[in-house]
Amino acid sequence: MAKGDPGVTTRSRRAAPRSKRAASAATGEPELVQLLTPEGERIESAFGPDGTEYRVDFTDEEYRGLYRDLVLVRKLDAEATALQRQGELGLWASLLGQEAAQVGSGRALRSQDMAFPTYREHGVLYCRGIDPIMPLGLFRGVDQGGWDPNEFKFNMYTIVIGAQTLHATGYAMGVHMDGRTGTEDGEAVIAYFGDGATSQGDVNEAFVWASVFNAPLVFFCQNNQYAISEPLERQTRVPLYQRAGGFGFPGVRVDGNDVLASYAVTRHALDNARLGQGPSLIEAYTYRMGAHTTSDDPTRYRIASEVEAWQAKDPIARMKAFLVNQQIADESFFTEVDEQARTESVHLRERVLNMPNPQPVTMFDHVYPHGSPELDEQRAQFTKYMESFEGSAH
Amino acid sequence: MATETLTLGKALNTGLRKALENDPKVVIMGEDVGKLGGVFRITDGLQKDFGDQRVIDTPLAESGIIGTAVGLAIRGFRPVCEIQFDGFVYPAYDQIVSQVAKMHYRSQGKVTIPMVIRIPYGGGIGAVEHHSESPEAYFAHTAGLKVVTCANPQDAYVMIQQAIASDDPIVFLEPKRRYWEKGPVELDAPLDAAYPLHSSRVARAGTDATVLAYGPMVRTALDAATAAAEDGRELEVIDLRTLSPLDLTAAYESVKRTGRCVVVHEAPGNLGLGSEIAARITEECFYSLESPVLRVTGFDTPYPASRVEEEYLPDLDRVLDAVDRTFGW
Repeated sequence: MAKGDPGVTTRSRRAAPRSKRAASAATGEPELVQLLTPEGERIESAFGPDGTEYRVDFTDEEYRGLYRDLVLVRKLDAEATALQRQGELGLWASLLGQEAAQVGSGRALRSQDMAFPTYREHGVLYCRGIDPIMPLGLFRGVDQGGWDPNEFKFNMYTIVIGAQTLHATGYAMGVHMDGRTGTEDGEAVIAYFGDGATSQGDVNEAFVWASVFNAPLVFFCQNNQYAISEPLERQTRVPLYQRAGGFGFPGVRVDGNDVLASYAVTRHALDNARLGQGPSLIEAYTYRMGAHTTSDDPTRYRIASEVEAWQAKDPIARMKAFLVNQQIADESFFTEVDEQARTESVHLRERVLNMPNPQPVTMFDHVYPHGSPELDEQRAQFTKYMESFEGSAH
Repeated sequence: MATETLTLGKALNTGLRKALENDPKVVIMGEDVGKLGGVFRITDGLQKDFGDQRVIDTPLAESGIIGTAVGLAIRGFRPVCEIQFDGFVYPAYDQIVSQVAKMHYRSQGKVTIPMVIRIPYGGGIGAVEHHSESPEAYFAHTAGLKVVTCANPQDAYVMIQQAIASDDPIVFLEPKRRYWEKGPVELDAPLDAAYPLHSSRVARAGTDATVLAYGPMVRTALDAATAAAEDGRELEVIDLRTLSPLDLTAAYESVKRTGRCVVVHEAPGNLGLGSEIAARITEECFYSLESPVLRVTGFDTPYPASRVEEEYLPDLDRVLDAVDRTFGW
């Protein structure tokens, strides 16, 4: 925090008590970059720990657009959760509560920037212009995620924790080697991961690599406080954003439930990266309101009062309060957004239910770009075997 | 045709140089590959001539070498990673098995990972622990990877270029105890010449029994064949070259003629490549076999202290002993 600035200090004092309970004792007080309070009050600008000033200047149209994004990704996520509960998906990793971190960072990306997600970045995926049905095939078990990473500049979901941070680092090294940094229209890369991933060797190796190669990369950690059931104090004894300093690049903690601050901080870090100023770490301080995935039961490991405290910081409620207070949007707008979200989720549901199972023989596809004699033989034998069944269409 | 006599190590170096010259997207990366030229000097002089953006000295972290190479490959580069020694590849195992091998499949063909992972492997050089292992079965068991190994300078020179040119992720195993062995190398050899990457090769023709070997054991098998010939027994030696996919075409043809087969490798026998090869040959050549397929392998121990490695490693005597047993059935 820029302690010399009375305005910012005031903000900090105001934010601290509200966050105190959720912030684990082990990690100390959060020093959040915040541009929109939980009550929907707009903060003109905020400062990062290195004195960087963050501010945003959106048109009313853009504010409404961000709100729309938040509502849509929450609704689509809720639909996916419901589909899992009805047995239509094998699993779902909900983003509930993390919409602002994902939409804020996702909208901060320029078209040329590349993103490397985990398996929970449905909001970023949406911002990249990818059909929201795409990840559902993976969770339904009919494919392994269907989008083209190169076309949408959004890599495949990565389930092994932290592995994608190295891929992002290598990709960013490639951007640099291709001479695509150092200008306003340069390319930047963003790597998403969670608080649990910060314990992984790969993430720490990615920090080392990105630093020594000055990779144009933003490490975007959504600290949602839990790695399945393990609370933050099982991962770290220092605030995560402070780790960056030890690796030689800046780190900042942003209010991850504040879409405006998430946008401002990410855009700034991406621009620095594209200009050739190297990597940085953003810790988006947020909370996973749902389960880690539909397979776990969060009531076993966290208390209701904690969840309620975070409910009061809801990213959508505060954006709505802001839009209402500033008369940027009226009731008809909110109704229209809700209606759109409902329509899109119904549409999504219908399409998911109609996703065809793959032909079994397709399991042999794309193991090797140019095939393998052994596999070709297995495919032939399998096809013959399937055809041996009477009435088989295969 | 320019033919030179080179060591296997120098042949690899020459092949790498040619790959760097031919394709600006080829990058070499690893620990000490730059100024030092690698601990075995396989990348000697390459950074000097191609710069530190083509021949990249990396931090000391194997998972990082492979993981960042994945990102470079997605970006359109063709990374050639050096893992310093066989026993150091395990920190990178997750990246190789879960990421490198599966990205093409997971992306349903939209992403290719054209990378090569070079690993000096095997024993016989008197090294300390973790420096003499034969991890080929771990990788050959993983769908999506290809695993190859060279046994002579000509193959080293050609195969490293073929591997780099391939769109498959390839684990390229270098028989480190053979780095200093010399042989003729035809420098103008076309890459798709007599032996495409995924094919075995008859290293010595024979009529009485078939010996299958790869990498460092090809030399041992050839020496055994020479010794056997003095006793009037003609062994056919087949260099498998590619361990995944296995090309057993020549092996089947050979065993059907000879009726006898011995498989040789340094790695422990339990669930090693020899098990798979013996099973396939039994399936394919059952009615031609005069005796069971026998294996001559390392023992099912961790690689032992180097003062006893000569007893651990299959040698000429153990190969000949196995050949004798196939005749005594």
